[in-house]
Amino acid sequence: MRRVPGVSYGLDVTNTPESSRGIELRALSKSYGEVKAVRSIDLSIPRGETLALLGPNGAGKSTTIDMILGLTRPDSGTVSLFGSTPADAVDAGLVGGMLQAGSLLSYLSVRELVAMVASLYPHPLTVEEVLELTGISDLADRSTTKLSGGQSQRVRVAIALVADPELLVLDEPTAALDVEGRRDFWSSMRAVAASGKTIVFATHYLEEADAYADRIVLMARGRVVADGPPTEIKGKVGGRTIRATLPAVAVADVAALTGVAHVEQHGDTFTITCSDATSSDTALRALLSTYPGARDIEVRGAGLEEAFLNLTGDDTNESDHGAT
Amino acid sequence: MRQLTYVRYEVLRTIRNRRFLIFSLIFPLILFYAIAGEHRHATTDGISFPLYFMAGMMTFGSMTAIVSSGGRIADERSIGWTRQLRITPLTTSTYFTAKLLTGYLMALFSIVILGLAGTTLGVRLDATEWLTMVGLMLAGLLPIAILGVMMGHLVKVDSLGPALGGITSLLSLLGGSFGPLANSGTLLTIVKFLPSYWIVQAGKSALGGGGWPAEGWIVIAVWTVVLVRATAVVYRRATARVR
Repeated sequence: MRRVPGVSYGLDVTNTPESSRGIELRALSKSYGEVKAVRSIDLSIPRGETLALLGPNGAGKSTTIDMILGLTRPDSGTVSLFGSTPADAVDAGLVGGMLQAGSLLSYLSVRELVAMVASLYPHPLTVEEVLELTGISDLADRSTTKLSGGQSQRVRVAIALVADPELLVLDEPTAALDVEGRRDFWSSMRAVAASGKTIVFATHYLEEADAYADRIVLMARGRVVADGPPTEIKGKVGGRTIRATLPAVAVADVAALTGVAHVEQHGDTFTITCSDATSSDTALRALLSTYPGARDIEVRGAGLEEAFLNLTGDDTNESDHGAT
Repeated sequence: MRQLTYVRYEVLRTIRNRRFLIFSLIFPLILFYAIAGEHRHATTDGISFPLYFMAGMMTFGSMTAIVSSGGRIADERSIGWTRQLRITPLTTSTYFTAKLLTGYLMALFSIVILGLAGTTLGVRLDATEWLTMVGLMLAGLLPIAILGVMMGHLVKVDSLGPALGGITSLLSLLGGSFGPLANSGTLLTIVKFLPSYWIVQAGKSALGGGGWPAEGWIVIAVWTVVLVRATAVVYRRATARVR
């Protein structure tokens, strides 16, 4: 048995350099057979920060999270949580996690389930406190099998929080929710973030990362491709795409329009990439005045996947693939 | 102390499962009254029929109760709860202890209810005999409990119910829960290799405060050791896949 309950894993504040007291990932790598899920990630997360791991499916977010939680052993590299190993931090009740997918134990009320999990920890919050914090006090006596998607996600957060952890890890917490459920979920998370906990969450929604994180780490194909405050990341991945049908027009002429970053042609259909909203507005005006015959016009935010490809300069025929 | 709270909720969950109650408690109870009521004064295997059949139904009910922890393990694995537990301080050994303890409590529950039912049909044992019988049954249930844990890691949750139901019914039948399969000969020699045979025999063996012959203890011990080994292998294989 790897765990030794009752032993204190001292966080010697006086002798520990400031940098090692948050979360430190050093040269972290993990492969599943031929698939390189995570390739040498370095990341420092100071205490109290809310960090979003943003990336498309297969970027390596879940694998990274599993390694932070000690569920997956890295092939190489280290994870340090407040100066301890993940296993020791988990035993000390410093870590709360909400994993992807999964449902709640049946034949229990919400209150009973939270109390059951609380009983495993050395110094848990009271059940009432954690239900209050996650905004589900009114669901306390409801059976765990009679909850909406959004409600059960909040119960799962309560389960992750009942240890009163320093670090809260959420793996795509809103993936299964509709727009309203997502909004409800995050509004209840504000109180948690305000309580000073370090929060790491994975998502593939840019809006979500932008709205709720202090910092966004962008992952693609197992690597960190960008790391910075939301405004900065948004500028990098917030490109727009214009599609239009333009009969008998040359690619070079379209590419020459102001605001246009890149053009592709398929028959009469042109796909025009612009770096941000302002330049796509400019490009669209130029397009319409130059080619009044343009039709089937469609403007949309570039998908994360495309944005990542632009950022990394990778093309799709790279031989190795990511993993979830 | 903390583990006790965990076990308490585990028990609560089990009791609330209606299907579980029907198969481990109500079904054997109905069978007992329906069949033993008809043959109150008959004799089987050298003892009164109600005593024999009470022990038989105790075997059936308690085996059903104790393997159900396997069902809960499979369920927890399928919904990702096992992964969730791995990021709590709960150790693997405490997890299994809680599961075995819950299984045993439920089995004991089934045995006590049928014991009470037995007294209403004239089963009379003194305190030592009751205790001996229950003690032997609990010992005999050990390999069955481990079998449940193993199946919980081996079989998908959808097919586990029928698989466990089939195994316990077959073991009960062969062990003589519904009446001795054989009183002599090769068949008897064969069924004596089954733990369920010895659990059923606990009723007869307890009379006069005796116990199993060495043969019985050896069968239970061998099954236990073999199943523990097999479960360790199955467990390692099953958890290696959870990444």
